Amino acid sequence: MVVPLPETEAFWAAARRHELSLPYCRSCGAFHFYPRASCPHCLSGDLEWRRASGRGRLETFTIVHRGPKDFPLGTPYVLAVVELEEGPRIMTNLVGVEPDPSTVKIGMAVEVVFAYVSEELTLPHFRPAGAG
Amino acid sequence: MTTGERRRLRGRVAIVGAGESDELGKLPHKSALALHAEGARNALADAGLTKKDVDGVFSAGLWMAAETAEYMGIRPRYLDGTQIGGCSFIAHVEHAAAALDAGLCDVALITHGESGASRVGMPGTRFGPDSVRMQFEGPFGLFGPPTGYALAAARHMHDYGTTSEQLAELAVSTRKWAQQNPRAAMRDPLTVADVLASRMISWPLHLLDCCLVTDGGGALVMTRADRAKDLPKRPVWVLGTGECSSHVHVSQMPNYARWDAAEVAARLAFEMAGVRHADIDVAEFYDAFTIVPVMGLEAAGFCKPGEGGAFVSGGRTAPGGPFPMNTNGGGLSYTHTGMYGMFTLVEAARQLRGECGPRQVAGAKTAICHGLGGMFSASATLICGTEVP
Repeated sequence: MVVPLPETEAFWAAARRHELSLPYCRSCGAFHFYPRASCPHCLSGDLEWRRASGRGRLETFTIVHRGPKDFPLGTPYVLAVVELEEGPRIMTNLVGVEPDPSTVKIGMAVEVVFAYVSEELTLPHFRPAGAG
Repeated sequence: MTTGERRRLRGRVAIVGAGESDELGKLPHKSALALHAEGARNALADAGLTKKDVDGVFSAGLWMAAETAEYMGIRPRYLDGTQIGGCSFIAHVEHAAAALDAGLCDVALITHGESGASRVGMPGTRFGPDSVRMQFEGPFGLFGPPTGYALAAARHMHDYGTTSEQLAELAVSTRKWAQQNPRAAMRDPLTVADVLASRMISWPLHLLDCCLVTDGGGALVMTRADRAKDLPKRPVWVLGTGECSSHVHVSQMPNYARWDAAEVAARLAFEMAGVRHADIDVAEFYDAFTIVPVMGLEAAGFCKPGEGGAFVSGGRTAPGGPFPMNTNGGGLSYTHTGMYGMFTLVEAARQLRGECGPRQVAGAKTAICHGLGGMFSASATLICGTEVP
């Protein structure tokens, strides 16, 4: 279960619309993630939400063989960290690829794809770029 | 603060008592706080002191330090509950050194107790559904420490060519130390092939790349130099300390192939101690997973970034090797309650006093304890010795 905070609510609302939205600092011009109410680069509170391109590169990953019970993707699954074009990194699942270290490559280009979980929750997953 | 100002603390305080719980392992008949108290009782006896002498309590876990003190019936005038993960107790040594030197307390007791396996008297999870952890990591199957550490191991392998065989070498060398420690949980012979053939938990980490999960406790007693000299055991002098925190959540780790916080903590400790890496006789490196000491050795400057895998190969850290490390058998084979850092401190103290029997590193005068907190989030380092340089 995910319960948003005031500073994260807009992110989850955007995900429900199949948009990847990031907090952007009008003071120092940097994006950040996870969403905070103040910019972790300069501590300014002058933030706005901007839609991200949804493109990025695989920063690192693991193939999880022992995961949570009843995890929707089943095991093995790829737990990944993606560095977004805008700069910040996001933890996600890499989908649309064999969960195998010979096919998943650090540095590979990936793009966002949204996974419906419930009325309240849609998760940003990523897949190899151009796979769709 | 300059190195000179930090160095003022060098040799001003000492570890004068070190102890562990009577038993380690699976202890469903003992609560976590009972294990704190048991460790404290043994450490105080080791120091030749009683709880009446204690006026500073330092503790980490899922309780306030005040609750630990209440359980032991101590009314401290100085408390520190700094919680930065498993290396908290190493950070407490730095905090206790400062507090003792400033006269804010006279006898510092640092305690650890955890029912990591049996979960007796352990508070529930601190991660609510609105936490960062459960919003931005949990939904993607970040499942316990192995999945988080695997993210770093995979990147380290990618950037530097570190291999599973190299990581397995560390587990094998550590097991050889455990075979010389009758209290160690895992004492069967172990080979690199055994590690590689063990079940994959979270690629690239196998089951035998992962630490044990046990119950246990331990404690340290510290005091100032004047009093330390009158106590029964040879003082273990605090020479250098350092600590740093760079993040908490693994999704916020600045660089997956490097342990930034440990680079800072170790640099501070070496600068303060004024010793060289070659002066270290015995090393206790936090080993929750095989990748942790590999990255720790790099961060602490024993080898260059990327060279940790080669450094631990060829039995270098095993008994008889040139770099005696994790001489109790480590978190991999001795015990790992969840916050292992206390056990690095107790073992370093015992090695420096020459109390380690068959696993004793002959003539050990200077030791390093190198600790991990969270997901490569924090680090604390202690350099201690039998003499003040």
